[in-house]
Amino acid sequence: MNAPVSNTAIELRNVEKSFGVTKIIQNMSLVVAKGERHALIGPNGAGKSTTFNLISGYMKPTSGEVLLRDEVISHLPPYQINRRGLSRSFQVTNVFANMTVWENIRCAVLWATGQRYAFWKNIDTLPEVRERTARILTDIHLTARRDVPAGLLTYAEQRALEIGITIAGGADVILLDEPTAGMSHAETERAVALIRRLTEGRTLLIVEHDMSVVFGLADRISVLVYGQIIASGTPQEIRANPKVKEAYLGEEAA
Amino acid sequence: MTDTPHNAAPPLPALSDRLKFYAIWLVVAAVLIVLPKVFSSGGSLTTFSLIGISIIFALSYNILLGQTGMLSFGHAVYYGLGGFLVIHTINIFTANKTPIPLPLVPLIGGLTGLAFAALLGWVSTKRSGTAFAMISLGLAELVASSALILRTFFGGEAGISANRTKLLRVFDWSFGPQIQIYYLVAAWTLIAMVAMYALTRTPLGRMCNAVRDNPERVQFVGYDPHVIRYLAFCFAGFFAGIAGALAAINFEIANSAYLGAVQSGTVLFATYIGGVGFFIGPIVGAIFVTILSLGLSDVTPVWQLYFGLIFIAVVMYAPGGLTGLIMMHRPLIRAGTLGRVIPSYAVAFVPTLAMVAGLILVIECSVYAAHGDGNPNIRAFGVAFNAASPLTWGLAVVLLIGGFVVARRTWSRVAQAWDDALVVAREKGLAA
Amino acid sequence: MLELVVISTLNGVLFGMLLFLMASGLTVIFSMLGVLNFAHASFYMLGAFFGFQISRWVGFWPALIFAPLLAGLIGAAVERFGLRHVHKNGHVAELLFTFGLAFAIEEIVQIIWGKSPVDFRVPRALDFPAFTIFSTNYPAFKMFMLFISIVIFVGLLVALKKTRVGLIVQAALTHPHMVGHLGHNVGRIFMMVFGVGTALAAVAGVIAGPALVTQSNMAGLLGPILFVVVVVGGLGSLPGAFVASLLIGLVQTFAVSMNGSLSDVLGPLSPDYATTWLSDIWNVTIAQIAPIMPYLLLVLILIFRPMGLLGTRET
Repeated sequence: MNAPVSNTAIELRNVEKSFGVTKIIQNMSLVVAKGERHALIGPNGAGKSTTFNLISGYMKPTSGEVLLRDEVISHLPPYQINRRGLSRSFQVTNVFANMTVWENIRCAVLWATGQRYAFWKNIDTLPEVRERTARILTDIHLTARRDVPAGLLTYAEQRALEIGITIAGGADVILLDEPTAGMSHAETERAVALIRRLTEGRTLLIVEHDMSVVFGLADRISVLVYGQIIASGTPQEIRANPKVKEAYLGEEAA
Repeated sequence: MTDTPHNAAPPLPALSDRLKFYAIWLVVAAVLIVLPKVFSSGGSLTTFSLIGISIIFALSYNILLGQTGMLSFGHAVYYGLGGFLVIHTINIFTANKTPIPLPLVPLIGGLTGLAFAALLGWVSTKRSGTAFAMISLGLAELVASSALILRTFFGGEAGISANRTKLLRVFDWSFGPQIQIYYLVAAWTLIAMVAMYALTRTPLGRMCNAVRDNPERVQFVGYDPHVIRYLAFCFAGFFAGIAGALAAINFEIANSAYLGAVQSGTVLFATYIGGVGFFIGPIVGAIFVTILSLGLSDVTPVWQLYFGLIFIAVVMYAPGGLTGLIMMHRPLIRAGTLGRVIPSYAVAFVPTLAMVAGLILVIECSVYAAHGDGNPNIRAFGVAFNAASPLTWGLAVVLLIGGFVVARRTWSRVAQAWDDALVVAREKGLAA
Repeated sequence: MLELVVISTLNGVLFGMLLFLMASGLTVIFSMLGVLNFAHASFYMLGAFFGFQISRWVGFWPALIFAPLLAGLIGAAVERFGLRHVHKNGHVAELLFTFGLAFAIEEIVQIIWGKSPVDFRVPRALDFPAFTIFSTNYPAFKMFMLFISIVIFVGLLVALKKTRVGLIVQAALTHPHMVGHLGHNVGRIFMMVFGVGTALAAVAGVIAGPALVTQSNMAGLLGPILFVVVVVGGLGSLPGAFVASLLIGLVQTFAVSMNGSLSDVLGPLSPDYATTWLSDIWNVTIAQIAPIMPYLLLVLILIFRPMGLLGTRET
């Protein structure tokens, strides 16, 4: 253990991803430090969701490496990466639609509480699982909807559940893919408060289109255009960056 | 922020709930004990034994289809191999005077099913969905064809037989009489039902449901869906092996039909017709299909066609199966609006019955036309009629088409009444 | 030996092309409708029996046209009045619907034509040896079967490349998720694809009927092999289905003509084991295990290439 303990949570080294002849991600390098809230922004089709898929193990990079706390993870399947403490949400709500809200959260808690594939324990009486599920449920304000099948929740509630499932396992690196997409202004404000509170002390990488959310929440911002990071820095630096203005913010500000 | 984590959790089952839960199983046990005292004929004992075997088999199948979302066309492989191994075991035990009584032998069938599921399951469960279904079919063909090649072990077309009465006796039961076999099957049925229900309440059981709902997301909460499917497959194989063992003990023979496509299809029919969405669905289906196949074969030579048509009708109109049909009335009963749909059912019943009767007449007359023996006065479903007479044909067509035209109108009225009743139930917060 | 190789290759290619006649329709239906038609082999059987019946009434040549047409119409009706209705209940329900249909078709065929094989003969015009290799007469009808399969294969290729529907089908093969955006006539296209796919299976039935056995269990015997073909080739891949069809056709045909067994290679089994189940394995010939070859191939493919030879899709 002589290696110096570095401060990076996620690192992408020269990552490329192609589908057939189309290069979606080109020579991408990115560092997300431990404990920071890092936003990934860019126009539609820039490769933000693909980046998430590469980090979370949903896709394998064509070349290059993804590291989680200095360990190469780009060859691992998603569940292995999740067990190492990285959890992601999805842009399109991706919950267990026929199971209740309670059961949804509980599924996300099971591995982290060491239940593994146990078939000899009564799930309803495991104190740690119950307690932790109840805490997450309270955190995302869905206690009143505890016994409703997830498929019947309202859109905003499903988005909250999506975040709940993502954080329930206690991962300390959280990836949120457009958590406020499609929400009203009031709902967005509530969601941002929720995200701020739930990711306290953890590393957050977030893809977001709403610039007020991005500049309000992020410690650092990276701008992705046509599969390449064109700028990375604090919100002030990004705001002042001429390349960003030209490629991206210009059209938004108009 | 009045919520506290403590009251956010569902209440732990109270003592009374738990007692109620045990009481249900005690009632089931009591019914199983009393049943042969009420219906004591040899025929009904055989039927009950077959139903018990079928219940275990169908419940084991539902671990795959209903719990984990895996559609298998080859579940009889594990049932059949369990049966074969048990016949061999009985013969070996008898020859060596091994001091193990018959009631423990089904466990060997279960372990056989488990062993083969563990062996074949890893490749089978690599894929899910349609690919899994086709793989299960291919592996079933592989095993069934191999069984015909390995003649010494599987006994070729004739199969292999054993005498179940020569094993170590406990309480002086020989297991010769059917009543003793019935109690053996009943005991194992109860054990298997409790065990499979308990499985649904474990972390693995709940993750099976999660894999059924959304295998993609399961990977992002730390679980490998392949492992979950594999474990579910092993459990299903274990209980199928027990069912096959009991069947082999019941008939004192095992043959290639045990692991064939028909057996796999039958358990799929029973499970789906009963309903895959509820734990008791396969139990209902096993009872219904066993009685139906025994009953139909007495009243019509083409009973298998009716069987297929019933299955298609369930797939098309009642995807929740019989149990689903009953359970969908629960919110209406709670809301007290069941009375609004009953009259529309009564109205729809008459033309629907006419339509079904017309269909049956058309089928039976066609069967006669295809290869009747010259005497057109045939009986089907206990009713005698002249299958060659134009009058019968006319009546059949009128019933079928007229029934359909009228029935279609009444069905839309059922739907209307149903919607109204459900709206009320929703307003009372009793339905989603 | 050379004789055996030539004849087996011819027969293997022929069987493979027949398989592809069915597998192509099955694959296109799967890509567009998302449902694997369990009853596909049943339409092959219907083709054979319709062909037999129409041949009896008006001769083989009209049967070659009308039997597939009739089967295709039934197929289209099945899609329009059955599958489309089940669609909202998901793919499992759709697959189960076609499973029930396969069961019902087998029963109906048994009711009409009985359980024993029917006497479906090669038409007189083709009942002569096409050529003789070494000492074997190769029947003209088999050459005709090969000819028909190849004509349809070429016809399919042209239709896929040149027609509007063909382009839509191609798009569905590569981008299955986009099928829903085809527009308002998507229902008609589905019905047509299902009808044409089942008609192709029926063509295979009409030409295979006289050469093989036309019997009510023929769908049950061929169906599993057909599904092995599409899984081995890779679900939803047309080139994969082609490769797998030929592969399985050749493997099975060659296996049937080989007589070797373990005892031939390693000498007879020690008499101590002669009556045990080990003797079954020891003395079985390759010809005897020919029927399980496709399934062994399936297991091997699953171990080494779970997606199939040319497959890319998860489900």
